[in-house]
Amino acid sequence: MKRLAPYLLILPGGLWLAIFLVVPMVFMASVSTQEGDVVNGFAQTFNFSVYGDALMQYKTQFLRSAGYGLVATVVSIALAYPMAYWIAFKGGNRKSTYLLLVLLPFFVSFVLRTVSWRFLLADDGMLLAPLKSAGLLPEDFHVLQTTFAVIGGLVYNYLPFMILPIYVALERVDPKVVEAAQDLYAARREAFTKIVLPLSLPGVFAGVLMTFVPMTADYVNAGILGGPENTMIGNIIQTEYLVNNDYPTAAALSFTLMAAMLIGIFAYAKALGTENVLEAAAR
Amino acid sequence: MSISESDVVNGVDAGPPAGRRSPLNTRRLGDRLLRVYVWLIIAWLFLPIAVMIVFGFNDTQSKSNVTWQGFTLKWWGRLDEYPELVAAVLNSLKIAVLATVITTVIGTLMGLALGRYRFRGQGATNLVMFAAIASPELVMGASLLSLFISAGVQTGFATVVIAHVLFSLSFVAITVRARVIGLDRSIEEAARDLGASTWTTFWRITFPMILPGVVSGALLAFALSIDDFVITQFTSGATQTFPLWIWGATRIGVPPQVNILGTLIFAIGVVIAVVNTVNGRRRT
Repeated sequence: MKRLAPYLLILPGGLWLAIFLVVPMVFMASVSTQEGDVVNGFAQTFNFSVYGDALMQYKTQFLRSAGYGLVATVVSIALAYPMAYWIAFKGGNRKSTYLLLVLLPFFVSFVLRTVSWRFLLADDGMLLAPLKSAGLLPEDFHVLQTTFAVIGGLVYNYLPFMILPIYVALERVDPKVVEAAQDLYAARREAFTKIVLPLSLPGVFAGVLMTFVPMTADYVNAGILGGPENTMIGNIIQTEYLVNNDYPTAAALSFTLMAAMLIGIFAYAKALGTENVLEAAAR
Repeated sequence: MSISESDVVNGVDAGPPAGRRSPLNTRRLGDRLLRVYVWLIIAWLFLPIAVMIVFGFNDTQSKSNVTWQGFTLKWWGRLDEYPELVAAVLNSLKIAVLATVITTVIGTLMGLALGRYRFRGQGATNLVMFAAIASPELVMGASLLSLFISAGVQTGFATVVIAHVLFSLSFVAITVRARVIGLDRSIEEAARDLGASTWTTFWRITFPMILPGVVSGALLAFALSIDDFVITQFTSGATQTFPLWIWGATRIGVPPQVNILGTLIFAIGVVIAVVNTVNGRRRT
């Protein structure tokens, strides 16, 4: 009985993950090589050419998504690091209050926050209309339906996922180590670049994982804030699955996306240590 | 809170002792600028939420609630104008409660197993949990839909609950595991020595000690579920939730009632988060 205890405890959750995470991936691979349509049904024909066709057709969107994800991740690091640094080292006994403020926006639905930005940034909305009537901006100036709006929305929606892991890593830096560096006459900048920054890098890595992956696969921001020129691969997959019901193409695209990301993620986690990234990610 | 106050309470400081290498004034100025920066970011994070709350009180005439027309409370009495919207919100709440209960129970069991025992398959479990956190929602939603289509399962309320349990499970398990690892085993041993059975020891000793971890895991699961859009869209079929309804309404114009319901959910969330933070402060 004692020997069996861990297996019995892990069983319900393990089965849930196996049946609804691992098995579906196999089914998705299977669906991708089927042929047919919704009315007459799909049959397995091992039609692997769908991968080549889908990739050729949606190459632009794949590359655009990776580009948007990359730019948004870099901007997020630049915005989040100083903030996490200040909260960790200067937040005093109000650290948890600042963290709460960073997290509170999450209690408004992601979609609703993005819709709110659409109101704010509308061509005749609260921000642009006054500037236009004051003559500070040309009449045809617009923010919506631009790359800027989509990347801005991505950064906005995922920034807390970058702030928190960096904060956790910085918070763990032992002030004594920094003091030791200073006692050894390290300049302020050196103490930062040689002590604080390297110690906080695991947090940055976890933050990259928590933001780059969902940002690249996002379709809400491009859908609400972007225009036809900003379509991301997520929009294509969503439309193929839920609107066009072209399941094989959709499955092939998401399988490719998943494979690319999983390889990237595992290489990344392997290099940095899975447990560390996982722990930091869960905080 | 003033600058000097924060410097007094501040126990951790990355900078060098004042005046050794860099002049005190530049440091102070840098800190002050950084503080302004932090508040600017917080303001940016809250801007769309402020807009959401304020426009719930907008006396708009048309369907598009974009420009300010004057203050009114009338929308608060007109929530029933959109019965599908109210039904969607209730669905979101039902799904969140159900998913939270299931996730908390099986996630706590997983956390206990992972934190307390060494067993075969532990590495694989960690790997799959990691994949569940790291996989994009889009891929999880798309593969679940592929499974449901292939198996001929009609998507709806139940499949959404299944999906929500899936993506919150790892978070609960990890939160509980952290708590289990931090436990002082000697207290349990003492209970055993005093003749308590395994069952009694668990409920009277172990469970109360891991409860804070279980509670924060449950709150996280609830928050993740009620806000979820992507996986929900793939697995919902004809079932509507609050975020799905808003997405559908963006093309025709979002009515002020959405702002009001969003404000209400936000208010509940704020209360939960504040309670959790206070709870967290007490336990450390």
